[in-house]
Amino acid sequence: MIWSKYSAPQAFYPLAGRLIPWFAAVAVILMVVGLYMGFFVAPTDFQQGESYRIIFVHVPAAWMSMFLYVVMAIWAGVGMGLNARLSFMMAQAIAPTGAMFTFLALLTGAMWGKPTWGAWWVWDARLTSELILLFQYAGVMLLRTSIDDVRRADRSSAVFALVGVVNVPIIYYSVQWWNTLHQGASVSMATGSKMAATMLMAMLIMTIAFWMYSIAVILARVRCVMVERESLPTWDEKPAAMPEAVEAR
Amino acid sequence: MLQAVGLSCRRGERRLFSDLNVKVERGKLLAVVGENGSGKTSLLRIFSSLLPPEDGSVRWEGQDIHQLKELYSGHLMYLGHLNGIKDDLTAVENLMSSMALAGEPCSERGAKEALEAIGLKRLVHRLPSKVLSQGQKRRVALARLWLSTRPLWLLDEPFTSLDTASTAVVTQRLHAHLQREGLVVVVTHQEIALPAERLQQLRLAG
Amino acid sequence: MSHSSMWDSISGIIRRDLLLAMRRWSDAAMSVFFLVIVVSLFPLGVGPEPAVLRTIAPGVLWVAALLTCLLSLSRVFTPDYLDGVLEQMVLVPQPLSLLVLGKVLAHWVISGLPVVLLSPLLGLQFGLEGEALGVLVLSLLLGTPTLSMIGAIGAALVLGVRGSGLLVALLVLPLYVPVLIFGAGAVTSSMAGIGGEANLSLLGACLVLSLFLAPWATAAALRIALE
Repeated sequence: MIWSKYSAPQAFYPLAGRLIPWFAAVAVILMVVGLYMGFFVAPTDFQQGESYRIIFVHVPAAWMSMFLYVVMAIWAGVGMGLNARLSFMMAQAIAPTGAMFTFLALLTGAMWGKPTWGAWWVWDARLTSELILLFQYAGVMLLRTSIDDVRRADRSSAVFALVGVVNVPIIYYSVQWWNTLHQGASVSMATGSKMAATMLMAMLIMTIAFWMYSIAVILARVRCVMVERESLPTWDEKPAAMPEAVEAR
Repeated sequence: MLQAVGLSCRRGERRLFSDLNVKVERGKLLAVVGENGSGKTSLLRIFSSLLPPEDGSVRWEGQDIHQLKELYSGHLMYLGHLNGIKDDLTAVENLMSSMALAGEPCSERGAKEALEAIGLKRLVHRLPSKVLSQGQKRRVALARLWLSTRPLWLLDEPFTSLDTASTAVVTQRLHAHLQREGLVVVVTHQEIALPAERLQQLRLAG
Repeated sequence: MSHSSMWDSISGIIRRDLLLAMRRWSDAAMSVFFLVIVVSLFPLGVGPEPAVLRTIAPGVLWVAALLTCLLSLSRVFTPDYLDGVLEQMVLVPQPLSLLVLGKVLAHWVISGLPVVLLSPLLGLQFGLEGEALGVLVLSLLLGTPTLSMIGAIGAALVLGVRGSGLLVALLVLPLYVPVLIFGAGAVTSSMAGIGGEANLSLLGACLVLSLFLAPWATAAALRIALE
């Protein structure tokens, strides 16, 4: 328990500070390379033309959005299990980045949808689940900001994040079910067509770039959260109140 | 025996107390006193297991209450500063449902006797609790003391809004409980008229 | 602890909540009126075309049931939180999740069951007939307890939190999506002649899953709220 209460934040803070520039630099380099490959090197799709190229952002963003939700829930669960403050701080720091990727996935999905389906929004199974995922991220963040007591905020949003992680696959499955029932937009984003090696490469590079970006941003945010919380001097605090000895009357 | 070992408690940014050690033997009453905001209620809630301490532990008969979980609740009667009674139910219904919930169901007759013991007349038994005065509501809640068979009583300001006669009756009841080897922890501002050998005091500095 | 005292506690909770609901019958009546009004607004907004109404009926009725449940969530734990009964409940020497199950059951009887009983009437208003009407009732019978179970988690999480009314909607509605899809889907597919069995069994699966997980999460949330 000691590590989670005292030593970890103190040791973690400078370590995170040293790591952030490296992750950020790798993220920028990979993003430039990945976007260049995706937008200029990868061949034009014979069915969808140039507009398909948005998937080099869309698919990695969608992956990250779901992946980060799971990671957030794991940190929340660890926090609940071990009563570790650093875990809750990690969960808190991940939520905005996850929400951002969810939003990015929705935005790029709409941009892809317009030329492909002729509509900005189609109730496609993937887009719909992403939308609900965005609501869940919003729920986690708003629940936290609505509660003043940090300890309760941590634990309540952790419970909601954990409930949500059960919900995500059910939603994904149910939306697909619903989609086939209604015979709606049956065009799926991950078309079964063979992907050129460069396409796959570009997408992989973009995914790693998004990973690096997430790590850098989340570490930076954890540092902010720590400063916010620990500015209340707990590391070298003297007990404010000492109860007097028990005495019989 | 109830024992607090190295308890610390923090509410939000304030540290209420730290490294608090106290021991309550059977047959003793611990009166927790101190200014408003000194952490008396928090201490009682830690004793009840509602609030986990920031540090340290509470032991019941030598065992950590967080390991005992529900087993510990079976030894405990807790009365917070909220009465835990429903405005739309009568005094008898409130008492009976509280006892049933606690897993110590009582008969209607038993409930009425308990209400009379604490000085609530038969006339009041059938009224919905929302028309009762503060003192009467408090007495409905305190009537559980006459029905409970639990050894450990944790009471938060039990004498608030009670008149002198009722205070005396409740004090007598506490004395009877102590004589039967019970334990009581009371948060209070008032002097408790009990023999000195039964009393123990803990003063929390603000 | 013995089984008999466990049963005492749970049945004590259910009996008290039902007794309170009878004393405050206007609360339950309000839910029912809310349901009827919301459902009646749709024909006024969409137009009286019977074919259109029949198409939107499953969705409208299910969304209305969902909102009715949502609005009654503030009554599950908040009164108990304010008058101190919740503290007593947490300190009962029984697993809290079982007591939560009792509370949720009482909540369903008060606010879910009336919806189920009223649904055939509302279905008729929208031109549903025969099998579809039966499937509607059955889907609500299977689905509304799940709504109560999931809703209880949200209700427990927002106890004593400012702006809890809107917040609980935001937390709970995304979790309601699968139930809405399967519930409305059951009626739609029965109308389309494919039969609602698949959707109904999925609704049943949701109910079982929520029976196992929701009381546990709710109990955790209640403990956190009372700290």
